[in-house]
Amino acid sequence: MQRYSVFALVRQAMGWHQGWERAWRSPEPQAAYDAVIVGGGGHGLATAYYLAKNHGMRRVAVLEKGWIGGGNTGRNTTIIRSNYLQDPSAAIYEKARSLYETLSQDLNYNVMFSPRGVMMLAQTQHEVRGYRRTAQANALQGVATEFIGPARVKELCPIIHVSGPRYPVLGALWQPRGGTARHDAVAWSYARGASDLGVDIIQNCAVTGIDVEGGRVTGVQTTRGPIRCGKLGVVVAGHSGVLAGMAGFRLPIESTALQALVSEPIKPCMDVVVMANTVHGYMSQSDKGEMVIGGGADGRNDYTQRGSFSHVEETLRALIETFPMLSRLKMLRWWGGIVDMTGDRSPIISKAPVEGMFLNCGWGTGGFKAIPGSGWAMAELMAKGHSPLASAFGLERFREGRFVDESVAAGVAH
Amino acid sequence: MSGRLATGGRLIDRSRALEFTFDGRRLTGFAGDTLAAALLGAGEGLVGRSFKYHRPRGIVAYGPEEPNALLGIGRAGRFEPNARATQVDLSDGLEAESQNRWPSLAFDVGTLNGLAARVLPAGFYYKTFIHPRPFWKHLFEPVIRRAAGLGRAPRHRDDDTYEQVHAHVDVLVVGGGVAGLAAALAAGRAGARVMVVEQSAHWGGRAPVDGDPVDGRAPDQWLGQTLAALEEMENVRLIPRCAAVGVYDHGFVLAAERLTDHDPGAPGPRQRLWRIRAGRVVLAAGAIERPLAFPGNDLPGVMLASAVRDYLVNHAVFPGDRTVVVTNNDDAYHTALALVAAGLRVPAILDARAAPNGLLADAARAAGIRVLAGHGIAGVAGRQRVAGVKVCAVAGEGAVVEEIACEAVAMSGGWSPAVHLWSHCGGRVAWDADRAMFRPDPAHPPRGADGTAMVIPAGAANGRLSPAAALAEGTAAGTAAATGQDRIDGSDDPTGTDIAPVWMMPQGAGPALRAKAFLDFQNDVKVADVDLAAREGFESVEHTKRYTTLGMATDQGKLSNINGLAVLSQALHKDIPAVGTTTFRPPYVPVTLGTLAGEARGDLFQPVRATPMLGWHVEREAYMEPVGLWRRPYCYPAPGETHEVAVAREVNAVRQGVGILDASTLGKILVQGLDAGRFLDMLYTGAMSTLPVGRCRYGLMCSEQGFLIDDGVVARLSDDAWLCHTTTGGADRIHAHMEDWLQTEWWDWRVFTLNLTEQYAQVAVAGPRARDVLETLSGDIDLTAALPHMHWTHGTLAGIPARIFRISFSGELGFEVAVPAARGMDLWQALLRAGQGVGITPYGTEALHVLRAEKGFIMIGDETDGTVTPRDLGLEGMISKKKADFLGKRGMERSHLAAPDRWRLVGLRAADDSVLPEGAYVLDAGRTENGQRATQGRVTSTYWSPTLKRGIALALLRHGPDRMGQSVDVSRIGAAPIRATVVAPCQYDPDGGRMHG
Ligand SMILES: Cc1cc2nc3c(=O)[nH]c(=O)nc-3n(C[C@H](O)[C@H](O)[C@H](O)COP(=O)(O)OP(=O)(O)OC[C@H]3O[C@@H](n4cnc5c(N)ncnc54)[C@H](O)[C@@H]3O)c2cc1C
Repeated sequence: MQRYSVFALVRQAMGWHQGWERAWRSPEPQAAYDAVIVGGGGHGLATAYYLAKNHGMRRVAVLEKGWIGGGNTGRNTTIIRSNYLQDPSAAIYEKARSLYETLSQDLNYNVMFSPRGVMMLAQTQHEVRGYRRTAQANALQGVATEFIGPARVKELCPIIHVSGPRYPVLGALWQPRGGTARHDAVAWSYARGASDLGVDIIQNCAVTGIDVEGGRVTGVQTTRGPIRCGKLGVVVAGHSGVLAGMAGFRLPIESTALQALVSEPIKPCMDVVVMANTVHGYMSQSDKGEMVIGGGADGRNDYTQRGSFSHVEETLRALIETFPMLSRLKMLRWWGGIVDMTGDRSPIISKAPVEGMFLNCGWGTGGFKAIPGSGWAMAELMAKGHSPLASAFGLERFREGRFVDESVAAGVAH
Repeated sequence: MSGRLATGGRLIDRSRALEFTFDGRRLTGFAGDTLAAALLGAGEGLVGRSFKYHRPRGIVAYGPEEPNALLGIGRAGRFEPNARATQVDLSDGLEAESQNRWPSLAFDVGTLNGLAARVLPAGFYYKTFIHPRPFWKHLFEPVIRRAAGLGRAPRHRDDDTYEQVHAHVDVLVVGGGVAGLAAALAAGRAGARVMVVEQSAHWGGRAPVDGDPVDGRAPDQWLGQTLAALEEMENVRLIPRCAAVGVYDHGFVLAAERLTDHDPGAPGPRQRLWRIRAGRVVLAAGAIERPLAFPGNDLPGVMLASAVRDYLVNHAVFPGDRTVVVTNNDDAYHTALALVAAGLRVPAILDARAAPNGLLADAARAAGIRVLAGHGIAGVAGRQRVAGVKVCAVAGEGAVVEEIACEAVAMSGGWSPAVHLWSHCGGRVAWDADRAMFRPDPAHPPRGADGTAMVIPAGAANGRLSPAAALAEGTAAGTAAATGQDRIDGSDDPTGTDIAPVWMMPQGAGPALRAKAFLDFQNDVKVADVDLAAREGFESVEHTKRYTTLGMATDQGKLSNINGLAVLSQALHKDIPAVGTTTFRPPYVPVTLGTLAGEARGDLFQPVRATPMLGWHVEREAYMEPVGLWRRPYCYPAPGETHEVAVAREVNAVRQGVGILDASTLGKILVQGLDAGRFLDMLYTGAMSTLPVGRCRYGLMCSEQGFLIDDGVVARLSDDAWLCHTTTGGADRIHAHMEDWLQTEWWDWRVFTLNLTEQYAQVAVAGPRARDVLETLSGDIDLTAALPHMHWTHGTLAGIPARIFRISFSGELGFEVAVPAARGMDLWQALLRAGQGVGITPYGTEALHVLRAEKGFIMIGDETDGTVTPRDLGLEGMISKKKADFLGKRGMERSHLAAPDRWRLVGLRAADDSVLPEGAYVLDAGRTENGQRATQGRVTSTYWSPTLKRGIALALLRHGPDRMGQSVDVSRIGAAPIRATVVAPCQYDPDGGRMHG
């Protein structure tokens, strides 16, 4: 792999950058692999990378129907935090967050992880109690968070209107090492790292069927021909139900649109990420200067990636009330993604009812932050049959009622 | 230098000079100018700095596609960053400032030229700033952030207001050029309700500038007559300064109108958001000219050929004394001819085509203009503005054959129809190789609910560039839209087929020249960057766009997308259509966030739900808390009292005398009908059908999963009617939950539900003196033994019709009095008067919480969080064992919910009687599989009890009820755990004597 560094940049600049190689190889699919991962989003690519890196599997392919990172991985608002309430959630999100801390170095690719701090505003007494509870839970889980008062909120984020007449800010749950990263870079860096370890990244290759013999998966049908595999990992977010259907079972997942937007870029005015769940909105400022804005998911099932205006309108009202300076900024881009929602708002990282097949989905509105941890756990599960990080997220939990309910803690779970 | 001619300018009023400032300099323009026109007219060629390299930037375009002229305008509460000068109408006293430069526009220390820029190609930041790790957050990122961004962040609250208006029309016409106005005329004549939106302040679009006759008349004459005809039609509405920004399913269109931006501070809202429901949309949004990529094309003074013409004809503004025209098509010849006609010089037309031989070329030659066929530009001389061009053969590697001195370059790379609104809701585009453009693909339109096309494109938006075609297609589209058809037969106008698909010149340019040819002027994306992306495997257009940031600037790629795509397709050796386009999404032009939010700000942000007594609470300076949309008194501090003291006083008053609580916010849902009892039996865990009339019963509701979601007292009003009380926060949710089941599962049951929450005012009267107070009020209700605990009755109280429930959430003798909302205040006042002698005390939500916690009563949202079952709370007695089914029954039977080791409700008493920390956990030995500290329970409610004079707490604890008297450790953040003893949840009056008294 061609190493990236400032020296390499200068060297290449001398030759007008003609010497840069492909970031990842683009081979023709082989007839068979030890493991095939369907879905070239962050979770699929990270799974492939850790299969190769942690478990020495080299005959691995990632099959992506479009271009890698083109699903929700490339459409999200990139909030990274691990201040979740339930133990299993905190464990996997904190694993992910801590991997993010060194991801740029591990992958020799600047994913711009920026631990600038995430605060979740408490604007009702109920939220104050809820976040105090989360702070207690986090302390025991080894996640560094703190419940802070309104004065500290204002100090960390001067553009917040803390004494709003309607929902004054009563405090916030503050995770100083939460933050953001560059979404595309996360997908591309994992692809580059995996490719370097021998993983085949195959784009424009949609899986159209799953071959099962005697209750065991043997391969997949794709738009680029059949591919045999020993193990199959399905990591396709909003399309998980479709892939499960190909293997003959159903999943407790609903797909809905989640929208986001950015303003035109302005000079830095906000150094932290702010989430306001009572009014349903959250915001951060990207390195380009755009204010990155999102809210709750649309309330209906949908595959169009469009979403409805009324949702965005509500989000903007909430944010202008919280950040009055926004009012004269202009919306530049606005988009939606299809999120895969489970009933308890927690993911599924699980063996499937078909032997040799594994599932990773259900990350819903908040799976970007989980990518490294999820890939780590999924790879372990696929390679060894068990992963402590994944054990609470098995499919059987829906049958047993053993939910990992995160909707308890926050209305908007990004 | 640019400037203004002494005569001419069809849009300006020379009798009205307007003063404005740019970076503090006082300048003058005319009424009718845009800020961009006025700046050019005043000789201001340099207006900004680019995003990445901070290179000097001048005005390039005339409309919303302008990438460079982004200025900060206004001040304080009217300051707006990134205002596009081409869309700002000049007003007297306007203050404008340049952006993204320091210390000044002319000397910006951020400027990166030569080698520095060369080391920073597309995506450079992914390849560096990796080591040492902390440097990204603490050094590199802050520096990058400061260099990036464009305008200043506003610091003030917006002084302006905004509004939203709904409109329902048969035909919405987007664009007020020839095609749009013709469509409006045809649709209007056919009797349709028509609305026409035009983003600029003027009607007519390109035609009056280009000058070709329309319908046999001079364009301005046609325009005047058409507008007059339209204005006469009552069914047609013309709205200038209004941009359609998004097309959505079912013909929903958003449009943003600028109302006072051209007259800042004028009364009324600043901007208006139109929410339009259109039967059919005629898309007549025109086309946008493309730049050409050649080395040095980003210097101030290089402009779109059409923009040069627009400024000249509309504002009598010229870009320089000498303008070189460079083009790959005929259209730019119009510009050369217009310049010469205005007495300006065009030293040469550099035409990339081998043999330009049309009428226009002949006309140019006849006008004495030198036409250099097969030539292009290999470089532009000048540092902050154009001083000349280096001419080369288009086919070669860029050997300079001649240098021509000039002050401006007018370029044309052909035209791209504005297909954005066509694409927003699923319309696809097709490549028209003859015209080198993407056009709306009639086979794949955006479809409405009935499956027909919602949008009909016409004129230049459909790729038909002549005014004759615009007139014909516009008329046809207007007629079609008004008569229920969804398509037209497009015209076969050949205009534009003269183009040669040249995107980059010289075509054999090496990397050095390719690194100087810009595609995206604002984001500094060059041809070499797209080449690099392709080389590194970012082959999908979306990858290229994201890797290079091409088209992600505030012009959203209006100028750069197609050129970038063409360069990418060349790098990949593929056809343009095989490479595809990126997705067009709303908004078509950036929209002010305030406009999208509309009136909903400050007091109008969200409706306040007010109980009839809210005014009284506010007057008493109660400390209010938001609960849903309600505002409820948290406590009523007396002057000088802290909240803690006030709450303790209120609690004591209830325990010792009498208190009153405004309980009007409690949900009250009437459930009535022949099957109402059966329905409620399904909804609640207990039996409601067996409740006798006149009695109350506490009920629990579970989700299908078996978790508790709400609780409340149900009163049976009559044989077929029950009144279900819910929590304050639960009223709407539970009502919806009821309707959900009734409408989707039990639609044949004879049940009606009605949310009466706001119809009644309700007051809780609680305390040992409660009955005394009520009896002081005149009335016909017997409150003694005739009304035992958990019964209700009705009659008159203080002259008000009232229903009285004998229920208690405080553990004291308690009544809740419900009266019609309009009489709520009368009741409240009457109670206060009646209780004066016994110190009647209004109490708030916090005292309510403390009182119920002393009694060990659960609170939805505190003891429950969506994961707690009735059994967990010791409420198994409330679960009917007789009923065959109810919501949650099956859920509760699942292994995890029925497990013996679940956390169950207990009380906790700290060893030192202190108040346990809120949200604390009960620690367990050891660690989880993932190394987290193990827990065995959690504190759900914790208060100082004024009654018991110590801390009290409720908790959920593993095997809790079996562990009375045991000690446990309760977590504290940053301190050693506290010891606590497991006690019964109810710490006060356990046998309930006071409540029943
Ligand atoms: C607007 C928005 C904002 C968000 N904000 C945040 C946030 O701030 N923080 C956060 O942590 N999370 C956020 N999320 C959630 C986050 O984006 C997702 O949870 C996460 O990216 C999911 O990654 P993934 O790899 O599972 O799925 P994806 O990135 O969607 O990848 C799935 C891939 O599978 C491919 N695929 C599907 N079917 C097939 C097939 N048959 N064959 C081959 N390939 C197939 C798809 O093309 C796709 O590339 C947000 C999501 C959205 C939409």
